[in-house]
Amino acid sequence: MTSVLVLAEVAADGTVRASIDSLVGAAGAVGDAVAVAVVPPGHRDVITERLRAAGASRAVVAEVADAGVLVSGPQVDLLQAAVALVEPAAVVVGHTVEGREVAGRFAARTDSAVATDAIGVAVDDGAVRVTHSVFGGSWIVRSGVEGGVPVVTVRPGATTPTGAADAIDVEEVALDPVVGVRATDARELGDSSSRPDLRGAAKVVSGGRALGSKEQFALVDRLADSLGAAVGASRAAVDAGYAPQALQVGQTGTTVAPDLYLSLGISGAIQHLAGMRTSKTIVAIDRDPDAPIFEIADLAVVGDLFQVVPKLIDAVEARR
Amino acid sequence: MRIAVLRKQVPDTWGERRMDPTTGRADRDASDAVADEIDDRALELALHLREEHGDAEIVLVTMGPDAAEQALRAGLALGADRAVHIADDALAGADLLQTGRTLAAALSREAFDLVLTGLESTDGRGGVLPAMLAERLGLPLVSAATSLEVAGGTLRAERATEFQAMAVEVPLPAIVTVTERFPEARIGSFRGIRQAKKKPVDRLSLADLALAPAPAASVVVDAAAAPERTAGARIVDDGTAAEAIADFLADRNLI
Repeated sequence: MTSVLVLAEVAADGTVRASIDSLVGAAGAVGDAVAVAVVPPGHRDVITERLRAAGASRAVVAEVADAGVLVSGPQVDLLQAAVALVEPAAVVVGHTVEGREVAGRFAARTDSAVATDAIGVAVDDGAVRVTHSVFGGSWIVRSGVEGGVPVVTVRPGATTPTGAADAIDVEEVALDPVVGVRATDARELGDSSSRPDLRGAAKVVSGGRALGSKEQFALVDRLADSLGAAVGASRAAVDAGYAPQALQVGQTGTTVAPDLYLSLGISGAIQHLAGMRTSKTIVAIDRDPDAPIFEIADLAVVGDLFQVVPKLIDAVEARR
Repeated sequence: MRIAVLRKQVPDTWGERRMDPTTGRADRDASDAVADEIDDRALELALHLREEHGDAEIVLVTMGPDAAEQALRAGLALGADRAVHIADDALAGADLLQTGRTLAAALSREAFDLVLTGLESTDGRGGVLPAMLAERLGLPLVSAATSLEVAGGTLRAERATEFQAMAVEVPLPAIVTVTERFPEARIGSFRGIRQAKKKPVDRLSLADLALAPAPAASVVVDAAAAPERTAGARIVDDGTAAEAIADFLADRNLI
C-alpha cells in the first residue's frame, strides 16, 4: 500500500497538538499514514506513542535542541528527508499558520503542487483527489495533481480520525542545525490548557458583541466548559476586546468545521458564516429574529442569551 | 528602504461569489472585483514605515488580468510610488506553484528590503504563497505579524499563530505577512486619485521575466455549488428554550 506523510504539530513543551487525529484520518483515506515529527530532546517516546494512538503505524522523527523556538525550518528539512525515505503518494499538513509556512516552503523547494484547505482527500481511479470547500462553503471543488506528489493542507477537524494503530515503527533522522527564523520569546495562547484548541475542536461555542463586556464573555467560557467545547468569537467581539484575536472565527480568522457550532449573540455577517458554515450541526441563540445566522442554523433560538445560557449550562450538567 | 507590497484583486466578499463549473476558476463576472482588504492593511503599514523612516520607496506588485490594474491604481492613489503588473495570457488559471515562481522572478529583479502582504487572500485563503516566495528568494518569513518595527537593518515583530504568540527578530531583507491586527487602509483623496493616474505601472510578461509558460501542476477536476444550507427548527424563548436546546443536543449525541 502507498504511504502518506503527515506532519505532526508539536508544541514547544513536547506535546502533540490535537489536530493529529484528524490529519492522520485524512491521510488514511489514501494510504498508510507515516507521521513526521520534529521533537524536542527527551520527548521522542511520548510523542511517538501519541502518533501511534492517532493511527500512524510508522514515524520519521528528528530530535532538535531548539525545536520550540525555530519557526518551520526543521519541519521543512525533515519532510524533505522523509520524502526520500518513504516516497509517499501525498504530503498532509495542517491548514494552520505554521503548517502553511512549512507546506509553502517545502513545495517551492521541491517544485511540488499544493492543494490548500482541504476538507477531504481520497483516491479515485488511482489518482489522489482533494476536496475543498471554497467561498465560505458555498462551493465544493475537487482538485488533482498532474505528476509529482501533492502537498495538501487539511482543515483540522474536517476529516474523521482513524483510531489507534497496533504498533509504530520509528525511524530517526539527524538534521543539521537549521538557520532560519528563531523566536526570541514564545508563549502558548489560551488561558485554559484543558480547553480544546479552536481549530480542530469537535465542538465550538462562540460569542458575539451581544455579550456586552469582557467580564460577561465568561458566560461563553462556562457553556464551552460544560460541553467540553473550544471557545470562539466573532470579529465584533474581538474588536470590542471581549476575546483575543486568536479566537476569531471567520473569513479573516479561523475556519472551523466542528460537529457542533453553538453561537451566542452573533448575528452572522457573511464573513463570520464563511468561517463556520461547514459545521455539521449549528445552534444559534440571538435576540434578533432576523439574524442571518438563523438562515443556516439547524436550531434557531430567538431569545436573550443571558436568560437562556445559564439555564442551558444547568440542563447540560444535569444530563451528564 | 525599498518596500514591495503584494496585492491581489479578489471577488468582493460582501457579494455572492461563484465559480465557473467548466473551468473551476472564479467567475469574475459574478461579483465586483476589489483589491483585497488585507493587502490594503499591508500597504497602510508600508505608508506608516515611510512616514517614520522618510526615505522609503513603495512598489505595488500584482499578477493578474488587465483589470487587476484597477487594484494597483487604487493603491497608488493611497500613496504607493509605482507599480509592477505581471500580466500574461499564459498565466490564466495559474496554480500556486506557477504563481510563486512568477512573483519570485519579478521580486528578484529589484533589491527590496521588505516584502509585505496579507496573511492569506480572502478568496483562495491558501496562505502558502508568501512561504513559497521566501523559499525561492532565500529570505526569512515572518508570517501572521501583529506588530512590526524596523531599525538599522533589523526587523522586530510579534506574531500570533492559532496556538502561540511569539517575538521574532530577523535581518532585512525579509518577507512579512500581516493580520487584521494592523490598521485598515487610510481613505483615499481626490488628489491621490489624480496623482495615481500619472504614476508608472510597469507591465511584465513571462518573456520579460525569462520564464517559460508551464502547465499547471494542480488542476481542478470539478466544481459545484454546495447544497444550500436551509434553516432548521426555530423556537422563541418562553422560559423553556434551554431545555429544548439540551434535548436537541442530547438527541444528536452532542452532550
